[in-house]
Amino acid sequence: MTKSKENIIKPYGDTLNDGKMQLSFSLQVNPDEKGKEAARLLLKKIGFDDIDICGVRELYEGFTHFIAYASTSASIDYSKVTVKTVETEVMSMEDTDEYIQAHIGRPLTVFGACIESDAHTVGIDAIMNMKGFNHRYGLERYKYFNAINLGAQVSCEDLLKRAREEKADAILVSQIVTQKNIHIKNLTRLIELAEAEGLRNKMLFICGGPRISHELAIELGYDAGFGTGSYATDVASFIAISISNRPDEKDS
Amino acid sequence: MLKLNLKQDLVIRARNACRNIVGSFRYLFDDYSSVTIERTVIRLMGIDGALQDGKPYPNIIVDDLKSKSALGKGAVMWVVNAMTARGMSPQEVAHAVATLGLDLTKIPIQSNEEIHKTLNQYTDKMLTHIKKQKLHREKMFEKYGPRRIPAIYVIVATGNIYEDVTQAKAAAREGADIIAVIRSTAQSLLDYVPYGATTEGFGGTYATQENFMIMRKALDDVSEEIGRYISLTNYASGLCMPEIAAMGAMERLDLMLNDAMYGILFRDINPQRTILDQYFSRMINAYAGIEIQTGEDNYLTTSDAIEKAYTVTASQLINEQFALLSGIRPDKMGLGHAFEINPDLENGFLYELAHAMLTRELFPNSPVKYMPPTKFASGNVFKTHLMDAMFNFVGQLTGQGVQLLGMMTEAIHTPHLADRSLAIENAQYVFNTIKDLGNELNLDSNGFINQRANSVLEEATLFLEKVADEGLLNAMSHGEFADIKRPEHGGKGFDGVFRKDIGYINPFMDRMKAELMQL
Repeated sequence: MTKSKENIIKPYGDTLNDGKMQLSFSLQVNPDEKGKEAARLLLKKIGFDDIDICGVRELYEGFTHFIAYASTSASIDYSKVTVKTVETEVMSMEDTDEYIQAHIGRPLTVFGACIESDAHTVGIDAIMNMKGFNHRYGLERYKYFNAINLGAQVSCEDLLKRAREEKADAILVSQIVTQKNIHIKNLTRLIELAEAEGLRNKMLFICGGPRISHELAIELGYDAGFGTGSYATDVASFIAISISNRPDEKDS
Repeated sequence: MLKLNLKQDLVIRARNACRNIVGSFRYLFDDYSSVTIERTVIRLMGIDGALQDGKPYPNIIVDDLKSKSALGKGAVMWVVNAMTARGMSPQEVAHAVATLGLDLTKIPIQSNEEIHKTLNQYTDKMLTHIKKQKLHREKMFEKYGPRRIPAIYVIVATGNIYEDVTQAKAAAREGADIIAVIRSTAQSLLDYVPYGATTEGFGGTYATQENFMIMRKALDDVSEEIGRYISLTNYASGLCMPEIAAMGAMERLDLMLNDAMYGILFRDINPQRTILDQYFSRMINAYAGIEIQTGEDNYLTTSDAIEKAYTVTASQLINEQFALLSGIRPDKMGLGHAFEINPDLENGFLYELAHAMLTRELFPNSPVKYMPPTKFASGNVFKTHLMDAMFNFVGQLTGQGVQLLGMMTEAIHTPHLADRSLAIENAQYVFNTIKDLGNELNLDSNGFINQRANSVLEEATLFLEKVADEGLLNAMSHGEFADIKRPEHGGKGFDGVFRKDIGYINPFMDRMKAELMQL
């Protein structure tokens, strides 16, 4: 393995490596000189230099909003940055359908749901609905997907029951609400139940949502995670390629 | 002055179709009731409280009567019978049922005269209280002046009612007119109303009567300090529509989300249950002078905002007729719509303007509720803030009744204190700088905006006429609304709908109906 060349970077304002950052935060102080100084000291303590508290807005009830620019001396070596991402190729809807026909030879059944307390279907709808999102049709439009969208507030038990009955190939779970890490609790519960019921390895488990990354998904025991900016094409391609790579599909 | 040339014959046809649609539900309103309606009636009698495990007394009583097939007479009949026989208060009866296992059906039936004497006494007491709350609100608006148009509406949603209070007071001082406490995300599907002050919720704070009271008190205090009456709103939706409406009436909420079809389409609640529950809940809202707000924005967040614009108009017109049937006057109907068109679309703003004007002009006497961009709000807070400014521009230009402010962090988290403050600053800036612009502008009578508004109206009219022919429940079961199929006997809460027996009583509905229909 060749050692990649070191590449030290810092934030960029208007001069290379000037370290300039834009900051915005609130403190329980009054919007006066003392409050402003507290904001400056806080940034100094974090390690910023050249601190300019350029905006001070009263938020009432004893709070003040600060807007600041400051320089950081912190830097990172970009050559050492690694990240886990979904690495399967992304195909168009037509290509995915052809791929499934050629490599698997049967339609894939996919269940989608917002599980447990989550009532927000915007994410799962964007991936599954006929209409899709931003000119990418959803899985319902694919010829080789039997896409079943169970909607919001589906219990983990119901989702797994349906998936077992219909011999699902994949389960898509959307989690939009993340307050107090409720999404982690919900996602963990689903995987634990799936394992207990012996379903974990019978189908793909995929999660998505604005605060979900592939890395987090892997950590929680899922096959993949799709965050903001993902489309049906990303998810469909991943399912098609992953299923066709499964040993039992290859044999058949 | 900015005004559309709407085809008035279409408006008349659309309203006629809606009258037919809602008129077909008389049988349901006359002959059926639901478990939450029964719980509402006994709550209005003065029953409150819950067991240690959280099960509310009203649920315990109604479930017990249901299991004994005694609900057909109305839960209140059994409660008042026990009160009369034992000389107990409603709360004492509830306590005895919940903790001592008192069987209400085993108590000898008292004389009709005695029962009605007790019933009238408690009905009078509660109706007087609700009227007093209504009068207090009216006095406050007289004292401090009316709400601004558009009113500035912001949400708080920390999950902790005490934290919500801090955020709500800050927002009020900054210029908010209406505070909405967003509910915990799963509450719409609970077939009971949680009890007491709550400090934990997900994506919001539980709607409980005590939480209502805590927030009302805080907003009353801040109203007095700043010399502006701050309105409070919550959600009379889901499986407990009338119960929450009743709590709102008792605790002087000023607005409530109350949509005739939202629960069916977007929460998979049984159609009959929802239509029945909305009827009584809206009557309570009307009696208490509470402004309702409907949820048409949901049609646009789940579908394309241009293609499905007519479903918003259609739903508004249906909501209007259902509201009239419950005694709500147009000046208390906050019919909803939203600014949800893809920001990348060329001339998208013209469509938004056409849709906003259409709503405004179809309901000239109503404080229509305008919802902000959410579907295309992204992690780019700067862009979202800009979209919110465009939304505020339309709101002021077209004189929307209530502007539900967009938050630049819409796509990220429930709003932080500073997010809400920036949203209010955004609205105040735009509202002020273009205040009278609408009076100065005229539209090309054959231009795009007029054509677009009329074409949406026409689509809505044809759709409503089709639904009137088919019947609303049929149309829903075929997926004609929001592309979601909802069968008449499917969905949650259907087992809570029952047929009234002869001798059924609901004194609150009778009295409210009589008074509202006189006006």
